[in-house]
Amino acid sequence: MVIRNLTKAYGDKVVVNNVSFEIPQGKVISLIGPNGAGKSTVLNMVTRLTPRDSGEIEFFGKDIKDWKSKELSKKLAILTQINHIQMKLTVKELVGFGRFPYSGSRLTEHDHKKVAEAIKYMELDEFEDRFIDQLSGGQRQRAYIAMVIAQDTDYVFLDEPTNNLDIYHASNMMQIARRLCDELGKTVVLVLHEINFASTYSDYIGAFKDGYLRIFGTVEEVMTQEVLKDLYNVDFEIMEINGKPISIHY
Amino acid sequence: MIRKYRLAIILAVILFVLSFLSLFVGVLDITPILKGDFEAFEIVLISRLPRLMAIICTGVGMSIAGLIMQQLCMNKFVSPTTGATIASAQLGRLLAMLVFTGTTLAQQTLMSFAFALLGTWIFVWLIQTIKFKDVIMVPLIGIMFSNVIGGVTSYFAYKYNMTQALSAILVGDFSLIIRGRYEIVYLIVPLVIIAYIYANHFNIVGMGENFAKNLGVNYNRMMFFGLSIAALITASIVVIVGTISYIGLIVPNIVSMFRGDKIQGSLVEVGLVGAIFVLICDVIGRLIIFPYELPIDLVAGVIGSILFLGIMYRRLRVPKPKIRVEGR
Repeated sequence: MVIRNLTKAYGDKVVVNNVSFEIPQGKVISLIGPNGAGKSTVLNMVTRLTPRDSGEIEFFGKDIKDWKSKELSKKLAILTQINHIQMKLTVKELVGFGRFPYSGSRLTEHDHKKVAEAIKYMELDEFEDRFIDQLSGGQRQRAYIAMVIAQDTDYVFLDEPTNNLDIYHASNMMQIARRLCDELGKTVVLVLHEINFASTYSDYIGAFKDGYLRIFGTVEEVMTQEVLKDLYNVDFEIMEINGKPISIHY
Repeated sequence: MIRKYRLAIILAVILFVLSFLSLFVGVLDITPILKGDFEAFEIVLISRLPRLMAIICTGVGMSIAGLIMQQLCMNKFVSPTTGATIASAQLGRLLAMLVFTGTTLAQQTLMSFAFALLGTWIFVWLIQTIKFKDVIMVPLIGIMFSNVIGGVTSYFAYKYNMTQALSAILVGDFSLIIRGRYEIVYLIVPLVIIAYIYANHFNIVGMGENFAKNLGVNYNRMMFFGLSIAALITASIVVIVGTISYIGLIVPNIVSMFRGDKIQGSLVEVGLVGAIFVLICDVIGRLIIFPYELPIDLVAGVIGSILFLGIMYRRLRVPKPKIRVEGR
């Protein structure tokens, strides 16, 4: 996926300004930056949830806007924050929706197999007939990920998947993102607030500020004192732990 | 398989038995029919059976219209009553009576439908633009909006001396249903079938715009389509029967407690429970001051309000799900 000169403004306020970068296939990419930096807006434009003002988003040789929405939903999946849904659906029903782009309302034998696999992969077997509003936050998040797995796309976009999760479930979530990439070969793009999750679990980081993409590069390239200080206006100390750069601020 | 359909089968049997018994409730005794009396048979065909069919269609239709609206608006308290659909349909019907002299049922239905659609659409647009997330705020806005429309309806009725027609529109009543005057309610049958076919679409739209787009579902189009179905169902009932509040609000809520919110899995039960509820209310209305009868809206209103309070209490009191440490 190649993004060129992406721009978006709300009224006079330019929230995304001339952003260009390439999403490498089969990697985990994290987008970081302070609040209002435009990272979520970029994610939403790239996944056709929000219309763009100008720029190009090339995906498998064709611009995103030239794709049929249904065809696109077999290639890329996007999970936005989902805390407010109170619908009484069972885990199995929710995950079944992931097959919608393929079979619509009538799930085939193959679809049921895919759903069962996804549920098993997320270790939700024992909860599959439970309503999602009866699950804990972490389990519910896994149920949504299972739906994305059932959707069987090459690209998975997750908007702040660790939001509202405690440390245990948040790191669990990050490991799942990593496994989606390593075991299932997906390209995973995340919007994250925790810099250290980004540095520990991803291959590439894109850092945003004030609508601009300040830097896009490998973890080592982005995780430097200068870059982080520039992004957040806070002094950082970078330590190396288990071969991964970890930032400390105070 | 049997287990999956057990509830539906039980409900269908209950509805069938109640329907049969309800045919015998009325001023004229029709038990001679069992001895082959043709006159009694005539009564059944002209009055009792049409009434029964209208009741069943109303129950099924209103509750399914309510189910669709609840899902699409992501709010358990939105229904044709609290979503301005009924009020707009009433206004449409009254205006049809005003504009066309000697108005036909078809004209009334069309006007009713057009207004119901417009009113519902404005209401949904309103709550979406203002972005109310408060569970109670949304139906409150709907009720206020309904009252504004109701005010306009009353204004026209008083100004053009149509208060009598107004009461027929405002208060639902099955006592005037006879053969040849009610068949429009059968519109509900194809509409319910369409609703069943698109059940999953409505569910997905009910999960939110982003969720729907992710699965390649056209959010606005499905929203418009679903609301149109709900509005058309409501309009055809308002034209034939008048107004019956609460069914569309209560029935889907009751069924969702047992069956969850997957529309495809609960639509049949919602329809059956709706029909049973209206039928029971109607029979009570017919028996309570026999040989006279109370309008269905009154009976349904009293029973419905009590149930509604119960649902409010239950829904708003529901504690947050407990967070467990997961065994992995």
